[in-house]
Amino acid sequence: MLELKDVNVHYGAIHAIHDVSLTVNDGEIVSLIGANGAGKTTILHTITGLKKSTSGSILYNGKDLTKVEPSKIITLGMAHVPEGRHIFPTMTVAENLEIGAYIRNNKEEIAKTLESVYEKFPRLKERRKQLAGTLSGGEQQMLAVGRAMMSKPDIILMDEPSMGLSPLLVKEIFKIIKEVHAAGITVLLVEQNAKMALSIADRAYVLETGRIAMSGDAKDLLNDPKVKKAYLGL
Amino acid sequence: MKMPKEKLISYLINLVGIVVLFLLFVALFQSGVLGSRTNYVKGIFTTACYTIVLVASLNLLVGILGEFSLGHAGFMSVGAYASAIFTNALAGKGLSDLALFVLALIIGGVAAGIAGLLVGIPALRLRGDYLAIVTVAFAEIIRVAFCNFAITGGGRTISGITKLSNFYWCFWVMVICVTIMYMFVRSRFGRTVKAIREDYIAAAASGINVTFYKVLTFTISAFFAGIGGAMYAHYMTAMIPTNFNFNYSAELLTEVIIGGTGSFTGSIIGAAFLSSLPELMRQFSNYRMLAYSIVLVIVMIFRPGGIFGSWEFSLVRVLKKAKNGELFAKKNKGGAENE
Repeated sequence: MLELKDVNVHYGAIHAIHDVSLTVNDGEIVSLIGANGAGKTTILHTITGLKKSTSGSILYNGKDLTKVEPSKIITLGMAHVPEGRHIFPTMTVAENLEIGAYIRNNKEEIAKTLESVYEKFPRLKERRKQLAGTLSGGEQQMLAVGRAMMSKPDIILMDEPSMGLSPLLVKEIFKIIKEVHAAGITVLLVEQNAKMALSIADRAYVLETGRIAMSGDAKDLLNDPKVKKAYLGL
Repeated sequence: MKMPKEKLISYLINLVGIVVLFLLFVALFQSGVLGSRTNYVKGIFTTACYTIVLVASLNLLVGILGEFSLGHAGFMSVGAYASAIFTNALAGKGLSDLALFVLALIIGGVAAGIAGLLVGIPALRLRGDYLAIVTVAFAEIIRVAFCNFAITGGGRTISGITKLSNFYWCFWVMVICVTIMYMFVRSRFGRTVKAIREDYIAAAASGINVTFYKVLTFTISAFFAGIGGAMYAHYMTAMIPTNFNFNYSAELLTEVIIGGTGSFTGSIIGAAFLSSLPELMRQFSNYRMLAYSIVLVIVMIFRPGGIFGSWEFSLVRVLKKAKNGELFAKKNKGGAENE
């Protein structure tokens, strides 16, 4: 469904991403793990066009994404949950979700999706008239995911969903990701919390200073001695 | 979306409220209670009307889009001069005054809108302070240009503009302009623009074309500033480019902030109050700038979001409360606001 081939990205003179190739197949959860500054977010930004690649190709269902405007990416069925949640703080929860459905026009269909999002996140329904900035961190993350789901995407790119959350909420968020996946949405997950990310993923890639260091089945990586030592602290 | 009947009723209630307010003004002026001061008071109210349009249009930028413009007087002057040149060319050619006035307003609005578009396309890649600086520069360029063009009087006063603005017409123009702007804010477009103000990255990730909406809002804001300028020109009948200086832009911005960024109720009351304040305080003329600054400082200390914040007056809500007996002795101010 999504295929990156030999992608290189530069920030000025700094070569941030070296020949990265990765694939995400239909219906998978794929995790991209790595330390701070490894280039995980840069890869997501390159996919959504927020950052331009210097070489390489990014194909999504056979379409070249490098030539698509960032605001048009979502119309292709790819939603992005940015790092740090980026909700609209002084708008209500309901308004946030409505903006998520911005690219859709059929009001009845939108209302249906809204119902299904509220069903998944009853907390958001309870607080639909509350200003989003007054939600707790976990609820804001739910809102960010819910907003992405409002566009009825085929794939969701998630950037550090566990960032800044308590261990209890981290578990909650990973449960949410599983539920999103159960709803038939493919997930590309970028995470620093390698243990959690590997435990829910089908496959994973390990990124080290801009290069793919390892890749494979998530369960295998979870038991790999090198990964254990470097990322799981075992 | 739902309950369109209730929406219709609320529109009707607001329309009735506005008409009642209008009739009160008519009664005030026709009854002769004010005696020889009638025309003077009418003048103050007319000033308030065009100031409200200007301040509300600036509030679109500051309150809804979240960007500062320190050059709103520039757009106003484009509208003022375009409409004045237009009416001077067409005056006495058989058009009725009302038709001429409406055409002049539209010409003024469109001219300013085009200026807004031209400035907006390159400038709106910038944000915050940098955009504010560009708007200052734009207003200065316009002022200097108008001081040098022959058609705008070349720095001398352009006078003899047909006096078309009177209080009754200006009142309705103001009502129509504010209603359109209010509907814009409450619509899907308005929500989209607010999302950009809140977080432009997330807005873009939701599929919103950020630059397009910013330029659109900028253009609409300039359009209404041009209408305000046209009303001004046809009320003053004479003007000079230096009227539209930086101080005037800053004054408009002050009125937006005092009234409450994002609140049209605030803009209306802020503009009406602050534009008539200098007149009301004429007997203390030595101290009025002092009083003005003290008001500003006090508001900023106690209500940093402006007097009304982003709260909107709603006639329907007041009536509902009155029906339920929850309303105490509160009178409704600023009835021109609509739900």
